[in-house]
Amino acid sequence: MPAQKVNEQTAGELGINREEYQRIREILGRTPNFTELSIYSVMWSEHASYKNSIKWLKTLPRKGKYLLAEAGEENAGLVDIGNDLVCAFKIESHNHPCAIEPYQGAATGVGGINRDIFTMGARPIAQLNSLRFGEIHLDRTQWLMRGVVQGIGDYGNSFGVPVVGGEVYFDPCYRTNILVNAMSVGILKKGEMISATARGKGNPVYIVGSLTGKDGIHGATFASADITENSAEDLPSVQVGDPFQEKLLLEATLELNRTGAVVGMQDMGAAGIICSTSEMSARGKCGMRIDLDRVPLRQEDMEPFEVLLSESQERMLVVVKKGREKEVEAIFDKWDLSCEIIGEVIPEDRLIFSWHGKPVADVPASSLVLGGGAPVYERETREPAYIKEYRKFSIDNVPEPDNLNEVAYALVRNPNIASKQWVYHQYDTMVRTNNLSTNFPCDAGLVNIKGTRTALALTVDCNARYVHADPYIGAQIAVAEAARNIVCSGGEPMAITNCLNFGNPYNPEVYWQFVQAVKGMGKACKKFETPVTGGNVSFYNQSVIDGKEVPVHPTPTIGMLGLLREKNNQMTMAFKSKGHMIFLLGKSQNDISSSEYLVSWHKMTQSPPPHFDLDFEHRLQQVVKKLIAYSLVMSAHDISEGGLFIALLECGMPRSLGFDITTDAEIRKDAFLFGEAQSRVVVSVAPTRETEFIDFMLKEDFPFSALGHVTKGEIRVDDISFGFVCDMKKFYDTTLEKYLEDPVS
Amino acid sequence: MRFGVVIFPGSNCDHDVIYVLNEVMEQDVVELWHKDADLKKSDAVILPGGFSYGDYLRAGAIARYSPIMEKIIEFAKRGGFVLGICNGFQILCEAGLLPGALLHNNHQKFVCKNIYIVPDNNATPLTSMLDKNKPLKIPIAHKEGRYYAPNDDLMTMRQNHQILFRYCDKNGEISEAVNPNGSVENIAGVCNAAKNVFGMMPHPERAADDELGITDGRIIFESLIRAVKDKRISTSN
Repeated sequence: MPAQKVNEQTAGELGINREEYQRIREILGRTPNFTELSIYSVMWSEHASYKNSIKWLKTLPRKGKYLLAEAGEENAGLVDIGNDLVCAFKIESHNHPCAIEPYQGAATGVGGINRDIFTMGARPIAQLNSLRFGEIHLDRTQWLMRGVVQGIGDYGNSFGVPVVGGEVYFDPCYRTNILVNAMSVGILKKGEMISATARGKGNPVYIVGSLTGKDGIHGATFASADITENSAEDLPSVQVGDPFQEKLLLEATLELNRTGAVVGMQDMGAAGIICSTSEMSARGKCGMRIDLDRVPLRQEDMEPFEVLLSESQERMLVVVKKGREKEVEAIFDKWDLSCEIIGEVIPEDRLIFSWHGKPVADVPASSLVLGGGAPVYERETREPAYIKEYRKFSIDNVPEPDNLNEVAYALVRNPNIASKQWVYHQYDTMVRTNNLSTNFPCDAGLVNIKGTRTALALTVDCNARYVHADPYIGAQIAVAEAARNIVCSGGEPMAITNCLNFGNPYNPEVYWQFVQAVKGMGKACKKFETPVTGGNVSFYNQSVIDGKEVPVHPTPTIGMLGLLREKNNQMTMAFKSKGHMIFLLGKSQNDISSSEYLVSWHKMTQSPPPHFDLDFEHRLQQVVKKLIAYSLVMSAHDISEGGLFIALLECGMPRSLGFDITTDAEIRKDAFLFGEAQSRVVVSVAPTRETEFIDFMLKEDFPFSALGHVTKGEIRVDDISFGFVCDMKKFYDTTLEKYLEDPVS
Repeated sequence: MRFGVVIFPGSNCDHDVIYVLNEVMEQDVVELWHKDADLKKSDAVILPGGFSYGDYLRAGAIARYSPIMEKIIEFAKRGGFVLGICNGFQILCEAGLLPGALLHNNHQKFVCKNIYIVPDNNATPLTSMLDKNKPLKIPIAHKEGRYYAPNDDLMTMRQNHQILFRYCDKNGEISEAVNPNGSVENIAGVCNAAKNVFGMMPHPERAADDELGITDGRIIFESLIRAVKDKRISTSN
């Protein structure tokens, strides 16, 4: 191997700063060689080490009565869901690869997050995703979107796990740096988890699954830098996915778990072999001796550091009980998967990598990992000037449109509001025959746990415009909305996973957004008793356009897990019948701040987040839970983007029913219909239960008001016709495809 | 009665079919691993959906060479009932047990949604219990589901009542507007001339469990079960 000279400059080229380089020299007591430096480069990258975020992440609530594994302990959080079952779930970003190569970037994002789940011995049973793009009319956005959606679809459909929920937003801030967050949810029997821990001197270490190639070398480092106009030159940093191998790996892993021969297992994602060997060793307070030349390769002439850092997909590192090798190999043979012993566990805190008998790297495992030797930083913060400016906004300076019907039609055709069916029809949403929301639409994705009386309720939520306007409040709203969606579906919020997408942490204004958002999220998670089980942080989401850095909106996506202990408790959003009464739970506000209406109709982007009170929100959710438990409502749907009007339309569309409502004289009509003040839910009530419903609400002493009633199909507001639901539905359903379908085909 | 459900590497609707046969239709099921050349005394065989071998060459093109397929072909030639759903349909076409082929959808995208199909006739064992005037609401989920067969073959198939289902609207109207993939004559399912091998793109197993809210697929399984039962009686006589 050519001895590459290593100095501060080499370190700098690998993304290691001067103080980090000195620290590495102290740890080793010598100058690292190039392979070792590469190891620290990826393991101490933002992506793997969380060095600029971990201090704040630790302030989030991470304990709860249902939690079996806390954040960071295993590959994903574990929650007790009763019936002797445990749920493993996690969300992760794949933003940077998708910005360069949307199809493979998205596909491997799906592969990676599912591996995190099944490496624990859990079978993935549901997927969700959260996508953000630039303006939909741009060719580039359309190219990115087609690629991402097809990538998610092709990988997930073949893998065979239904997509049960998601969100898609468009905003100029994501024009070059799109966000692609994927979540996977799995279940396993209590006590049967495979730990990502190496133990037992002499136990063999296997690499299984796909062969190792040169794809994704330094991918973790790539994910930890700004996306620039030159980023396309980093194309080899993007990996290629093979869902078929992943499917085989899943079945083989679950079969392997049943043998009891496994000591520990971890998937290979970012930073490949070095990440799995160091993290598994550090957890078990041991080390490994690995012969890199025994790793089955896809291509010739690979350098040892390339084998070590390769991010080839669909691979696992498995530590097996010595003496059980034959059993293990038989299973991988059955599934036609490669399976090779590449080393063994050693008791010392050392990772010794060799290449044809010669050592190429020798580093302490603990020095590489989060919670061990990886650096921890706190960055400077500065409140951006825009925050105060936004607060000066007043609704009184916004003219009220004469024709609100026109506004309604414009909002229905707004890509942020319109149906996302162009996207989700490309995903298999029904495989595994457990999606209870397909034919009973509700605010969260409901997943049947066959053979029990329970179902999971899943949702991903974040209105990043609110977070941008005020990260502390906006992050609270993201958690609150997720919980509201689960409660409106009949579930009980249990825990969250988060995907924190932010700009460059070295920018004090971005870091301020990050800290504020984490504080807000923590506050809301405590209120709803939904601890954070894990997730990931994606910094450097910003585009350098014409020399100017433009960070994306701070986007802390919340993936929430809820539980229906009795699946018959499922509540749908759909109005059921003409003549049912419609009520609003919560208070109408004279508020249009940060609404889609304000931004798209009035072109005003500078306003604070909409009205929000965490305690009031919590009370609302307790009331909704009781209304559903007592069967007092026929439908429940929360008010979000597009306001009350869009919420009512969404309730009407499933059965083509309309609504006839009266506005409130105290509130501006545009705010009443299109404002996005939080903590409001629309319910419908059968006439026979109306008195009981009203008595209950009075007893609860919670604000509510009668809006009107469900009609056969017409929409009427204050006795003015807004047309028919079926006509609006046509616009609602076809908006995205008008942009994304090539008119030629 | 015993149903064999074939598991290819990449099958992903195997659990769903087994669940419906066991829990909803209350039938015995035996799993048939693709490497085993043994149908384990199955009375009927189902090839479930999924992406056998990743569908990398062409959907179903590699699976047809699995050892189990030789046994399935023998079984079918002896008159045994074989049903292929989605990827299973593609495999049966590739294996030559069913006429025609399944091409990429005309819009080139995967599509998963509820659609309606109407039986073309009830002269086949799979459609015997169905009402020709009653459309069934059953989901589809595929990227290569555009059925194609040459005109001459189609004519023969029509005459022999080999066309099982066509895509339609909720009132049973068949039109190009409700053709989800560009299939010739809106064809969603076919059978062989001997009417013992069936293939369909829609997933009846996804419309059979009460908890999911639609159950129109159940009657297709009921028809098949009755046909297998009748045949067992006739062969044992």
